[in-house]
Parts: sequence; C-alpha cells; structure tokens
Amino acid sequence: MLNRVTRLVPRARQLDPGRFLHGGPQGPQGLAVHLDDRVPDETPRAGSRPSEDDPAGAGEQREDRHYRIPLQDLPTVFAHGLPRRFGLQTGTAVLAGVSWSLGCTLDPVAQPRRRTGAGRAAAPSGRRVCSAPLAPARPASRVCQVKTFHEACLLVRRPALELLRHLDGTNFAHPAVRYVLYGEKGTGKTLSLCHVIHFCAKRDWLVVHVPDAHLWVKSCRGLLRSAYNRQRFDQPVEASSWLKSFKTANERFLSQIKIQETYMWNKRESTEKGRPLGEVVEQGLTRVKNATDAVGIVLKELKSQSCSGAFRLLVAVDGVNALWGKTTLKREDKSLMAPEELALVHSLRKMVRNDWHGGAVVLALSQTGSLFTPRMAYLPQELLGKEGFDALDPFVPVLVSNYSPEEFERCIQYYLENSWLQHEKAHTEEGKKELLFLSDANPGQLERLCAYL
Amino acid sequence: MATPCVFCGAAAFYRLFLGGRVSLTRRQGVWKAAAAELQTDTGFQILRLRHTTGVTTKKNVAALRRETYTVDFIKKQIEEFNIGKRHLANMMGEDPETFTQEDIDRAIAYLFPSGLFEKQARPVMKHPEQIFPKQRAIQWGEDGRPFHFLFYTGKQSYYSLMHEAYGKLLEAEKRQSQLQAKGLFSEKTETKDLIGSRWLIKEELEEMLVEKLSDQDYAQFIRLLERLLTLHCGAEEEFVQRFRRSVTIQSKKHLIEPVQYDEQGMAFSTSEGKRKSAKAEAVVYEHGSGRIKVNGIDYLLYFPVTQDREQLMFPFHFLDRLGKHDTTCMVSGGGRSSQAGAIRLAVARALCSFVTEEEVEWMRQAGLLTADP
Repeated sequence: MLNRVTRLVPRARQLDPGRFLHGGPQGPQGLAVHLDDRVPDETPRAGSRPSEDDPAGAGEQREDRHYRIPLQDLPTVFAHGLPRRFGLQTGTAVLAGVSWSLGCTLDPVAQPRRRTGAGRAAAPSGRRVCSAPLAPARPASRVCQVKTFHEACLLVRRPALELLRHLDGTNFAHPAVRYVLYGEKGTGKTLSLCHVIHFCAKRDWLVVHVPDAHLWVKSCRGLLRSAYNRQRFDQPVEASSWLKSFKTANERFLSQIKIQETYMWNKRESTEKGRPLGEVVEQGLTRVKNATDAVGIVLKELKSQSCSGAFRLLVAVDGVNALWGKTTLKREDKSLMAPEELALVHSLRKMVRNDWHGGAVVLALSQTGSLFTPRMAYLPQELLGKEGFDALDPFVPVLVSNYSPEEFERCIQYYLENSWLQHEKAHTEEGKKELLFLSDANPGQLERLCAYL
Repeated sequence: MATPCVFCGAAAFYRLFLGGRVSLTRRQGVWKAAAAELQTDTGFQILRLRHTTGVTTKKNVAALRRETYTVDFIKKQIEEFNIGKRHLANMMGEDPETFTQEDIDRAIAYLFPSGLFEKQARPVMKHPEQIFPKQRAIQWGEDGRPFHFLFYTGKQSYYSLMHEAYGKLLEAEKRQSQLQAKGLFSEKTETKDLIGSRWLIKEELEEMLVEKLSDQDYAQFIRLLERLLTLHCGAEEEFVQRFRRSVTIQSKKHLIEPVQYDEQGMAFSTSEGKRKSAKAEAVVYEHGSGRIKVNGIDYLLYFPVTQDREQLMFPFHFLDRLGKHDTTCMVSGGGRSSQAGAIRLAVARALCSFVTEEEVEWMRQAGLLTADP
C-alpha cells in the first residue's frame, strides 16, 4: 500500500489543474471528467509510466511520455486491429472475441513494472500503451511491438496533444471541423490517429474508423453492381469486414440509436423506422450482398443523428487520399474505375464533408499505400489532388514530423527499460548517436532498426 | 657520313634487338640457335631472324641448358651500349655526357613507337647488367678444384652468409655475457629502426646471392637475423641493415584538402569521390548537427535502404564525429549502392582536413580513402 502511495505522490506533483484522469479499468467516464479527479489505477505503474487511462495527458509535461493503453481496451477500441508491426510488439494476449493482432496488457503481466517505477520521480516516460483493441488501423510495425512487450505503448507527441486539445474544446454546435494529419513517411500519422481514437473512445464518443481507405480502392474481389444505383459498384467483402469491426467497437451505441427511415432490402426484407441501428448492421453482416448498402445507411444515419446531440461522432479515416486518387479496379470492360463509382467511397466522401455537426473528423494522409503517387509526396496538395483538396477545404492541417531529440531519447529509453536492445553499445552515447544517424530521428525507421528480425 | 650512320643505325638496331630478344631467350630455348649466331657475329650484318616454325613438341634438351655469358662478352656488351648511348644522344641533338637512362627511354619511345600492350615486349635499350641475368663466374680453377670451401653444399653463397651471420651472433652473445658479468649491461631498446623498413623478400635475396633458395632456407635466414636484432648490439646493425629495405609511408602521398571559409565564416571542406560509375562531390561543414542533404533531399529520403545509410555513417562513426558535421552532397551516375560508396569516399576525403595526421593514417588503413573502382 505504501508503495502505491509513494508512487501516486510523484505523479500528483506533475498534475496540472487542466488534466483529466480516467479511472482505467472502471471504464470511460464520459465527458463529465472533473479536474484533479484522481482515480487510483488498479495497476499502478512506475512513475515512468503515466496513468494508463489518461489518453489526454493534458499539459506539456505529458509530452514525450509513453502512454499505455490497457490491453483490455485494445479489442474494443481498435476493433479493426492495430498496425501489424505495432501489435506484434505489444503482445498477443487473445481476449475473447478479440482479433489476434491486438496485444493485451494483462494486469499480471504489468506487475513487474511496478517495481521499477519506485525510484523514478518526475520523469514519466511518454510511452503510450494502446491497449484498446484497435482495428488494423495501426501500422503493421506497431502491431509487432504490442506482441513483444505485452503492452501497447504510444509516445505522446505534440501533434496528437494538439489535436486532443482541439477536440476537447470543440463546439458541437458548429459544423464538424476536419483535421488532416500529414507528414513524411514513417513520422507517426497513423499512430497519432490511433491515439486520438482511443482518446475519443474513452470519452464515449462514437468512433467511425476506417483503418485504411486504400484497401477499398485496390485488389478488391467480388465487385458487384450496386442494386441501389446501377452506376456504382458494391464491395461486399470489404463492407462486411468493416461492419464487423464497427459492431465490435461500438456495441453499446447500436442498440441506443434508432434509425429514422424504413429501408427495403428486397421484396421480403426490410428494416422499419425506429428499429435500432444494430439491426441494419446485422442485416449487412448476414446478407453480404447488402453489406455496402448497410454501410451507407449506417453512415447516413449517424451523420443525421449526431446533430441531435445524443452522442458525439468521430470520423477517423486513414489514407484518406485514396478517396480522391485512382483505383486499380476494373469494370467489366477492363477499363479503370474512378473512385466515385465505388459505393463505399461515395458514402465515405459524404461522411467527411462538413455539413453536419456534433463531432469531428480526423483524417490522415498516407503515401505508402497510395496508387500512382510519387514516393516523395507528402503534402496535402500533392496527395489529395485538386479535387480532394477542394472537397476537404477548409481543414486544419496538423504536421507530424520526425522525433525531436527528447522524443528520440524517450523511445530509446523505452526499449532499454524493456531490455529490448541487447547490444552492449546500446546504452552508451555513441550507440544512441548511431541509431539517431541511421534512423534520422524518423519513428518508422527507428522502429524498423530496433525490430526483431 | 653514310657509313657511320649505317653503323650507328645498325648498332642501335642491333642493341635494341638484342635487348628485346635476350629477355625472351632467357625463357625459351627456341631462340638459342639464333642467339648463338648473334654472339659470334659482329654488329655490321643485318640480322636475320631464324625462327623455328611452330612449336616443337620434342624437348630440345640442348636448348634447355642455361645461357652462359662470358665475362668478356658482357664487357663487350657494355662498351657497345655506351657507344650506342652516345650515338643516340647525338641523334636526338642532346649532350652525350649528360644523357641519362630516362632520356634513353624517351628517345627510344620516340624513335620506335610501339602499340604493344605488353610493356616488356616493346623496344628497350638498357644497360647490359639489367638485361643479362647475373651469372656467377666459374667457381673452380684450372685444376678443377672449387675456390669456395662450401662449394659442395650446392648453395655456397647462402651457407657462407649463414655462417657469417651466426658468427656475428656468437660474438654478440659473448660480448653481452661479458657485459653482464661486469654488470654494465643496460637494456637498450632500439626497435625504432624496424619501423618503415621491411626484410628482403625471397626473390630479392636470391638476386643478391645469385643462387636459388628454398622457402625454408629463406625463413631460417630471416629468423637468424631477427635473433641477431634482439641482442641489440650496435656493431651488427650495419650487417643487418643490408638486408632491410625501406617502405614508404603511403599516407604521406595523400593530398589533404585545405579548409575553406564561406561568407558567414563557417569552415568547410570540399572533395570528390567516385565508385564504379557514380561521382560525388561533398561539402562538409566543420560545425553542425549531423544533417546530410544529398542532391537537395534529406538523406533518409534519398537512401531508403539502411545499408546505404550505414555507408554514409562509416566515416563519421570511425572518427567518432557523429552529429558534429553538416554535409551537402551532389551525386550522379551509378546505382544506389555506388552513389552511397562515392559519397562515403568524398566525405572521408573532406574530413581529412579536420582531423590529425594519425587519424588520416587510420582512415587510410581502414580503407576509407581508397577509391574502389
């Protein structure tokens, strides 16, 4: 007991009046978070790890810290799965109904860490643990990390903190603000997006999360002509998998939200007005042919109902430049399709418009999976093209850049604490300089350098 | 006037051919018949080469016996060489007194331009000592008794040298024990003469002794000399030094770029590097934070492969100067790996301006300053 008290005390000193603290295992407490509300965790961490359930980490002190997400959250918040590399590193404790890629920090596993934290006073590592089961939203490398360390840790960085602060202060009466995360390859756009998603999920927002829009415009099998609109094409496989993850992530909302129209699926099946949204999702899952239409309906309903204020809606799309780029899908006459001919893309485009209020839209650009874009391109103008830029204009651009020296140091410390870097020079200054040079402070490169073979 | 010209022309021609052909004669006995004829002829006849057509399959036993050049023959060759040298100097309009071997080479290359790839096949005019192999004089007198007491060992020069060296070793040991007995023995380490010089190689020793040696003989001799050296006696040093050759220090040949200063007063150094078909030019600033720009692009984006970045890191890491210099490079040609290698060489050369000579020597030994074709 004494241990826990002493550990809490150092943490208390760092707390700012503006900080929100969540009781982690007790579940999200909604937006009614009180200032200086301290809830002791069930798994008190070393002083080096901040409260696991405090995604906000308000205040400058929280920057450059690692933030750990409880692994129990991983399956639900990140139903689509973490990025592959990240998940493998955090560990694969498979919880019931959770996708394999998520690492879960089981409490017993976290125990040993406690002892290390006793001595640390005021330097909590900025490691973040994304325990929330994220969909394969995470970069693949991050998934590896979750598996290895049996915990999902993210580094709290300035762009993400900025975004969180903006989100905290959103005025839900105004149209949804669009935030676009952009930056060079490997700088951490996707993980910042995950951070934001976890934050909002903890605050009990409804998260509509598309892990990678590029997957919807290339290598799709089973394209069908849409029954709703003959000009467009359905993608049953992608739509149904997305519906499944959506259902896992937002289970509790599906029964609360009622649809406002009747939808006729075919001559025999229909969903009446006033039925819970879950039924639409079920319909999409059972009848795969209607999955795309179900997705469209879900998005439409959410958009219209978010204005009512019953819930907060967060639309998070990674690789949003796919919506306005090119596809590699072919029509029956072997000519390339334009993205707007895909029903999924069409409905998603409507979703990211700012003609609704009661939430926010956070988007991340990505050149890595994009088609027909130059390797060096990273600016919104270059990746979105004129059409996409005009569609998204106005938006708040958030630049995600390489690690600062402190962040880099923090990352290396994390690896060293976990005894991951076994080279004898890893502890020394020269070793760190070598790593810095080889990775050029790029988070993706550093992770690749330090990854297992 | 015509006759002297013919003479000098013929003489020069004769010398040339002799020079060119004798080196071949040494190797193959096929020319023996023609060579024998040459030796008896005077210089006035026009040479006619007598080839033995084709390659004889039968071993010509007589031809395999080594050529023996008598002392008189060699003397005559030397006289003819000197006369020919003077004539050549006259031909070239130079002073015969100060006509050196380099001048002779240049004159021959001018008068007889040859496009042959094999340098040793081109016309050459050198002193007979360099052309005719060293041969021993007759080792026995008229009564058939050999002069040297070790003649019947077969390797008389080698064994006599070994005897001499061992004799010196024994003397040195005796002296040392005398000094120790008197208590005047002092430990003097004089190993400095070993640096910058090397032992003779076997071929050089063979040339010196005009005798064939085996590897074991050579090794034995060197061991004996090293043992002699350990005794640190000044008297034997000259004896030992005869068998050492100096080794030039390679790094002194390097041209170290001067440090330049730009408008803001920042010190920087420029140099070039090449690898395969890639060329690079690097500008390394003395103070910086380890940023590198290649063709205007950050090096992480230009070289996405870790291996290339490791190549760039090598010079800085070797000198322990990671993160201390800013670099800007322009590179063209080659593939990604060659470009990385070219930049590495350019950066290493540029860094020479900022480091001590010792570190330059270390870099050279590490291979950072050697151009890789």
